[in-house]
Amino acid sequence: MFGQANVLAAGQAEFPPSVEDFYLPSILPWGAHDNYWFTKITFMVWLAVGVLILFFLLSYRNPKLVPTKKQWFAESVYGFVRNNIAVDMIGHAGVRFAPYFTTLFCFILLTNAFAIIPFFQISPNSHIAFPAFLAVISYVMFNWIGIRHHGFVKYFKNSLIPPAPWYILPLLIPIEFFSTFLVRPFSLAVRLFANMFAGHMLLLVFTLGGFAMLSANAWLAPVSVLSWVMTIALTFLEFLVICLQAYVFTVLTASYVQGALAEEH
Amino acid sequence: MYFLAAEGGEAAHNPIIPAWEEIVVGGIAFIVLCFVLMKFVFPRMEQTFQARVDAIEGGIKRAEAAQAEANQLLEQYRAQLAEARTDAAKIRDDARADAEGIRQDILAKAREESDRIIAAGKEQLAAERATIVRELRTEVGTIAVDLASKIVGESLADEARRKGTVDRFLSGLESTGAR
Repeated sequence: MFGQANVLAAGQAEFPPSVEDFYLPSILPWGAHDNYWFTKITFMVWLAVGVLILFFLLSYRNPKLVPTKKQWFAESVYGFVRNNIAVDMIGHAGVRFAPYFTTLFCFILLTNAFAIIPFFQISPNSHIAFPAFLAVISYVMFNWIGIRHHGFVKYFKNSLIPPAPWYILPLLIPIEFFSTFLVRPFSLAVRLFANMFAGHMLLLVFTLGGFAMLSANAWLAPVSVLSWVMTIALTFLEFLVICLQAYVFTVLTASYVQGALAEEH
Repeated sequence: MYFLAAEGGEAAHNPIIPAWEEIVVGGIAFIVLCFVLMKFVFPRMEQTFQARVDAIEGGIKRAEAAQAEANQLLEQYRAQLAEARTDAAKIRDDARADAEGIRQDILAKAREESDRIIAAGKEQLAAERATIVRELRTEVGTIAVDLASKIVGESLADEARRKGTVDRFLSGLESTGAR
């Protein structure tokens, strides 16, 4: 974004925006390209981690039976994921997964939220590395839980062989294998990544489009204003997407775990 | 493809290929977050929830115990009250019976006393009457003899004869009175 601002200030806003707008120069070493260790993106990831740790540790430093406002807020975040995702999807056994789901939910929600917070205005999740890592954890987790719960053979039998007539199984088993063991991690990662990528791209198009039209022709100024109004409207949409995607990622992970624990297919 | 083509030139990025440095950084950051939150925060929240449930259930249990105790006390008081009422009724009955007994006693004694007084009076009257009769008899005899000797004179001076005559006269008097 800093780079973006510089570009705008220099009056050389590029339009249309491209993929390269997602890859900002690194902070340390300053201005280097193709160095990803310490960029605005990784800085935001660390910031999100720090904010979450600080918030939860401070608000739960001294828990009381009758909660303070801060404690109540922290508890309601956990209570929301625990009761409305973990217990709802998995049942009573879901309580032991609630801590991970809550961490996952908070992390995705906050890193997504950077997409519309002024001066950040890009989400780390628009780089597929982060959603991919989270999806791999979910993938390993549900398989590990399933294998530990049923044993290796029974788990794969449960997941791969649906209760269907024998003559249709040769068709169903590859489909089940494909959807459960190949597509799941990929779809999890791509769904989150693509949503945040597209959201950022949309905001860029309308913001930069306004500037592009203004610099092309002064008579287009009203359309530029319309374009920026659209940016504001899309920011609200983006807010919805941010919350929804965090929720969806967590719910899907919970649903995979539930599927792995289920007795029957 | 369009993006790649549009970019051309220097190192083009493919957004679907993750940068391994970002995977490492993101992974470490997320694992640190998981470690801290899952070890220090959420288990304590579960504990707090549990403590809250215990506190509420304990409160309900205590209230139930207090209620049960109150009910038991109420029963006890009712039983005591009923007992006291029975006792009071018994005492009243006893008192009534006692009073009746005492009244009867007093009446009996009074009757006895009056009977005794009446009897004593009758006895005294009889004794006085007898005395009077005895005195009268002597006196009447003397007067009669005196009168007779005045009338008859010397002939009746004989002791034996005089005695028989007087007795005969008195018997005659008595039989006349009896009739």
